Amino acid sequence: MIHIKRLQEDGADVLALVGEIDASSSIDLDLAIARSVGEGFTKILIDCSALEYISSAGLGVFMSYIEECKEKNISMVLFGMNKNVANTFEILGLNELLQITATKAEAKQKL
Amino acid sequence: MKYSFSIGCKLENLKDLRAFIRESLGKHGVTEVQVSEIVLALDEMCSNLMIHAHHCNPKDFLEINIVIAPGTPLIFEIIDDGTLFDINQFSEPELNNLIHDKRKGGLGIRLVKSIMDKIEYTHQSGRNICRLQKTVTLTS
Repeated sequence: MIHIKRLQEDGADVLALVGEIDASSSIDLDLAIARSVGEGFTKILIDCSALEYISSAGLGVFMSYIEECKEKNISMVLFGMNKNVANTFEILGLNELLQITATKAEAKQKL
Repeated sequence: MKYSFSIGCKLENLKDLRAFIRESLGKHGVTEVQVSEIVLALDEMCSNLMIHAHHCNPKDFLEINIVIAPGTPLIFEIIDDGTLFDINQFSEPELNNLIHDKRKGGLGIRLVKSIMDKIEYTHQSGRNICRLQKTVTLTS
Protein backbone atom coordinates (compact mmCIF):
# COMPACT_ATOMS: atom_id res chain seq x y z
CA MET A 1 0.00 0.00 0.00
CA ILE A 2 1.45 3.30 -1.04
CA HIS A 3 0.32 6.88 -0.51
CA ILE A 4 1.81 9.53 -2.72
CA LYS A 5 1.73 13.11 -1.49
CA ARG A 6 2.36 15.76 -4.07
CA LEU A 7 3.43 19.36 -3.72
CA GLN A 8 5.26 21.95 -5.76
CA GLU A 9 8.34 23.64 -4.42
CA ASP A 10 10.54 26.18 -6.27
CA GLY A 11 9.20 25.03 -9.63
CA ALA A 12 9.82 21.36 -8.89
CA ASP A 13 7.13 18.73 -8.52
CA VAL A 14 7.76 16.84 -5.28
CA LEU A 15 6.29 13.35 -4.91
CA ALA A 16 6.55 11.93 -1.40
CA LEU A 17 6.18 8.15 -1.29
CA VAL A 18 4.70 6.83 1.95
CA GLY A 19 4.50 3.09 2.57
CA GLU A 20 5.43 0.11 0.41
CA ILE A 21 5.66 -0.27 -3.35
CA ASP A 22 5.17 -3.79 -4.66
CA ALA A 23 3.47 -5.49 -7.59
CA SER A 24 0.06 -4.42 -6.27
CA SER A 25 0.91 -0.74 -5.88
CA SER A 26 3.58 0.08 -8.47
CA ILE A 27 0.82 1.29 -10.83
CA ASP A 28 0.16 4.20 -8.44
CA LEU A 29 3.80 5.29 -8.66
CA ASP A 30 3.67 4.98 -12.44
CA LEU A 31 0.51 7.10 -12.67
CA ALA A 32 1.95 9.76 -10.35
CA ILE A 33 5.15 10.15 -12.36
CA ALA A 34 3.20 10.04 -15.64
CA ARG A 35 0.99 12.86 -14.40
CA SER A 36 3.95 14.96 -13.36
CA VAL A 37 5.66 14.40 -16.73
CA GLY A 38 2.37 14.94 -18.56
CA GLU A 39 1.84 18.28 -16.87
CA GLY A 40 5.18 19.40 -18.22
CA PHE A 41 7.32 19.46 -15.09
CA THR A 42 11.02 19.31 -15.93
CA LYS A 43 12.14 19.07 -12.30
CA ILE A 44 10.81 16.11 -10.35
CA LEU A 45 11.88 15.23 -6.83
CA ILE A 46 10.97 11.86 -5.34
CA ASP A 47 10.96 11.95 -1.55
CA CYS A 48 11.72 8.39 -0.37
CA SER A 49 12.13 9.20 3.32
CA ALA A 50 8.88 7.41 4.24
CA LEU A 51 9.29 4.63 1.68
CA GLU A 52 9.55 1.41 3.66
CA TYR A 53 9.92 -1.11 0.85
CA ILE A 54 10.27 -1.26 -2.90
CA SER A 55 10.10 -4.40 -5.04
CA SER A 56 11.37 -4.86 -8.57
CA ALA A 57 7.97 -3.69 -9.83
CA GLY A 58 8.73 -0.26 -8.36
CA LEU A 59 12.32 -0.27 -9.59
CA GLY A 60 10.97 -1.03 -13.04
CA VAL A 61 8.76 2.05 -12.97
CA PHE A 62 11.72 4.34 -12.27
CA MET A 63 13.77 2.60 -14.91
CA SER A 64 11.07 3.00 -17.52
CA TYR A 65 11.29 6.80 -17.18
CA ILE A 66 15.06 7.10 -17.62
CA GLU A 67 14.80 7.37 -21.40
CA GLU A 68 11.80 9.68 -21.38
CA CYS A 69 13.51 12.02 -18.91
CA LYS A 70 16.51 12.23 -21.25
CA GLU A 71 14.34 12.88 -24.29
CA LYS A 72 12.31 15.59 -22.57
CA ASN A 73 15.18 17.10 -20.61
CA ILE A 74 13.54 16.27 -17.31
CA SER A 75 15.69 15.92 -14.26
CA MET A 76 14.33 13.46 -11.71
CA VAL A 77 16.15 13.01 -8.41
CA LEU A 78 15.32 10.55 -5.64
CA PHE A 79 16.33 11.32 -2.07
CA GLY A 80 16.08 10.20 1.55
CA MET A 81 16.11 6.42 1.09
CA ASN A 82 16.51 4.20 4.12
CA LYS A 83 19.34 1.65 4.10
CA ASN A 84 17.29 -1.33 2.87
CA VAL A 85 15.58 0.58 0.09
CA ALA A 86 18.93 2.02 -1.03
CA ASN A 87 20.38 -1.49 -1.05
CA THR A 88 17.55 -2.68 -3.32
CA PHE A 89 18.54 -0.08 -5.92
CA GLU A 90 22.21 -1.04 -5.52
CA ILE A 91 21.77 -4.80 -6.06
CA LEU A 92 21.04 -4.17 -9.74
CA GLY A 93 23.22 -1.10 -10.10
CA LEU A 94 20.24 1.21 -10.59
CA ASN A 95 21.93 3.70 -8.27
CA GLU A 96 24.35 4.31 -11.17
CA LEU A 97 21.54 4.92 -13.64
CA LEU A 98 19.25 7.11 -11.56
CA GLN A 99 20.03 10.30 -9.69
CA ILE A 100 19.89 9.51 -5.98
CA THR A 101 20.98 11.72 -3.09
CA ALA A 102 20.83 11.45 0.69
CA THR A 103 19.08 14.73 1.43
CA LYS A 104 16.51 17.01 -0.14
CA ALA A 105 19.00 19.88 -0.24
CA GLU A 106 21.46 17.78 -2.26
CA ALA A 107 18.63 16.63 -4.51
CA LYS A 108 17.66 20.25 -5.27
CA GLN A 109 21.23 21.06 -6.26
CA LYS A 110 21.09 18.37 -8.92
CA LEU A 111 17.95 19.79 -10.56
CA MET B 1 12.99 -25.31 12.39
CA LYS B 2 10.36 -25.05 9.69
CA TYR B 3 7.97 -22.18 9.13
CA SER B 4 5.03 -22.49 6.75
CA PHE B 5 2.66 -20.01 5.21
CA SER B 6 -0.13 -20.28 2.69
CA ILE B 7 -1.13 -17.35 0.54
CA GLY B 8 -4.00 -16.79 -1.93
CA CYS B 9 -2.91 -15.57 -5.36
CA LYS B 10 -3.81 -11.94 -4.93
CA LEU B 11 -1.12 -9.26 -5.18
CA GLU B 12 -2.56 -7.44 -2.17
CA ASN B 13 -1.56 -10.49 -0.08
CA LEU B 14 2.16 -10.00 -0.76
CA LYS B 15 2.51 -7.72 2.23
CA ASP B 16 1.44 -10.57 4.54
CA LEU B 17 4.03 -12.82 2.91
CA ARG B 18 6.72 -10.20 3.58
CA ALA B 19 5.63 -9.95 7.22
CA PHE B 20 5.80 -13.75 7.57
CA ILE B 21 9.35 -13.89 6.18
CA ARG B 22 10.58 -10.99 8.32
CA GLU B 23 9.06 -12.54 11.42
CA SER B 24 10.43 -16.05 10.77
CA LEU B 25 13.97 -14.92 9.93
CA GLY B 26 13.94 -12.33 12.70
CA LYS B 27 13.78 -15.12 15.27
CA HIS B 28 17.12 -16.47 14.08
CA GLY B 29 19.23 -13.36 14.04
CA VAL B 30 19.59 -13.06 10.27
CA THR B 31 20.99 -9.60 9.59
CA GLU B 32 18.55 -6.87 8.59
CA VAL B 33 20.09 -6.39 5.15
CA GLN B 34 19.94 -10.11 4.43
CA VAL B 35 16.34 -10.32 5.63
CA SER B 36 15.42 -7.46 3.35
CA GLU B 37 17.12 -9.10 0.36
CA ILE B 38 15.41 -12.44 1.02
CA VAL B 39 12.04 -10.69 1.38
CA LEU B 40 12.68 -9.00 -1.96
CA ALA B 41 13.53 -12.27 -3.72
CA LEU B 42 10.57 -14.24 -2.36
CA ASP B 43 8.16 -11.35 -3.00
CA GLU B 44 9.40 -11.44 -6.57
CA MET B 45 9.06 -15.21 -6.97
CA CYS B 46 5.54 -15.25 -5.52
CA SER B 47 4.28 -12.24 -7.45
CA ASN B 48 5.62 -13.83 -10.66
CA LEU B 49 3.73 -17.05 -9.89
CA MET B 50 0.55 -15.21 -8.95
CA ILE B 51 0.59 -13.22 -12.18
CA HIS B 52 1.96 -15.69 -14.73
CA ALA B 53 0.90 -19.11 -13.44
CA HIS B 54 -2.31 -18.26 -11.55
CA HIS B 55 -3.59 -15.10 -13.25
CA CYS B 56 -4.13 -13.57 -9.80
CA ASN B 57 -6.92 -15.99 -8.91
CA PRO B 58 -7.32 -15.60 -5.11
CA LYS B 59 -8.74 -19.14 -4.89
CA ASP B 60 -5.36 -20.55 -5.94
CA PHE B 61 -2.85 -20.85 -3.14
CA LEU B 62 0.92 -20.85 -2.85
CA GLU B 63 2.59 -22.69 0.01
CA ILE B 64 5.81 -21.20 1.34
CA ASN B 65 8.16 -23.09 3.64
CA ILE B 66 11.25 -21.75 5.31
CA VAL B 67 13.68 -24.32 6.70
CA ILE B 68 16.32 -23.06 9.10
CA ALA B 69 18.99 -25.36 10.50
CA PRO B 70 22.38 -24.47 11.99
CA GLY B 71 25.33 -24.98 9.67
CA THR B 72 23.26 -25.32 6.49
CA PRO B 73 21.98 -22.75 4.02
CA LEU B 74 18.50 -21.34 4.52
CA ILE B 75 15.99 -23.19 2.35
CA PHE B 76 12.88 -21.59 0.95
CA GLU B 77 10.25 -23.66 -0.83
CA ILE B 78 7.44 -22.28 -2.91
CA ILE B 79 4.88 -24.94 -3.79
CA ASP B 80 1.99 -24.53 -6.21
CA ASP B 81 -0.03 -26.50 -8.72
CA GLY B 82 -0.09 -24.03 -11.59
CA THR B 83 1.78 -23.97 -14.88
CA LEU B 84 5.49 -24.37 -14.23
CA PHE B 85 7.19 -21.00 -14.27
CA ASP B 86 10.89 -21.78 -14.24
CA ILE B 87 12.95 -18.62 -13.96
CA ASN B 88 16.11 -20.54 -14.92
CA GLN B 89 14.63 -20.73 -18.41
CA PHE B 90 14.41 -16.97 -18.74
CA SER B 91 17.48 -15.04 -19.73
CA GLU B 92 18.09 -11.82 -17.87
CA PRO B 93 17.66 -8.89 -20.22
CA GLU B 94 20.44 -6.33 -20.37
CA LEU B 95 19.64 -3.27 -18.28
CA ASN B 96 20.42 -0.99 -21.20
CA ASN B 97 17.90 -2.77 -23.40
CA LEU B 98 15.23 -2.45 -20.72
CA ILE B 99 15.91 1.25 -20.41
CA HIS B 100 15.90 1.78 -24.15
CA ASP B 101 12.61 -0.09 -24.55
CA LYS B 102 11.10 1.75 -21.53
CA ARG B 103 10.15 -1.63 -20.14
CA LYS B 104 8.99 -1.97 -16.57
CA GLY B 105 9.47 -5.72 -16.21
CA GLY B 106 12.49 -7.95 -16.44
CA LEU B 107 14.31 -6.78 -13.35
CA GLY B 108 12.82 -9.29 -10.96
CA ILE B 109 14.52 -12.42 -12.24
CA ARG B 110 17.85 -10.60 -12.22
CA LEU B 111 17.22 -9.63 -8.59
CA VAL B 112 16.35 -13.17 -7.49
CA LYS B 113 19.41 -14.62 -9.19
CA SER B 114 21.65 -11.99 -7.59
CA ILE B 115 20.27 -12.64 -4.12
CA MET B 116 19.81 -16.41 -3.98
CA ASP B 117 22.69 -18.92 -4.25
CA LYS B 118 20.69 -21.67 -5.93
CA ILE B 119 17.26 -22.05 -7.51
CA GLU B 120 15.95 -25.47 -8.47
CA TYR B 121 12.60 -26.93 -9.44
CA THR B 122 11.11 -30.34 -8.82
CA HIS B 123 7.72 -31.79 -9.56
CA GLN B 124 5.99 -33.98 -6.99
CA SER B 125 2.43 -35.39 -6.92
CA GLY B 126 1.28 -32.88 -9.52
CA ARG B 127 2.76 -29.93 -7.67
CA ASN B 128 5.70 -27.71 -8.54
CA ILE B 129 8.28 -27.20 -5.85
CA CYS B 130 10.70 -24.34 -6.31
CA ARG B 131 13.56 -24.56 -3.82
CA LEU B 132 15.82 -21.58 -3.23
CA GLN B 133 18.97 -21.61 -1.14
CA LYS B 134 20.78 -18.81 0.58
CA THR B 135 23.77 -19.05 2.87
CA VAL B 136 23.63 -16.58 5.74
CA THR B 137 25.38 -16.09 9.04
CA LEU B 138 23.04 -16.81 11.93
CA THR B 139 23.77 -14.94 15.12
CA SER B 140 21.25 -16.79 17.28
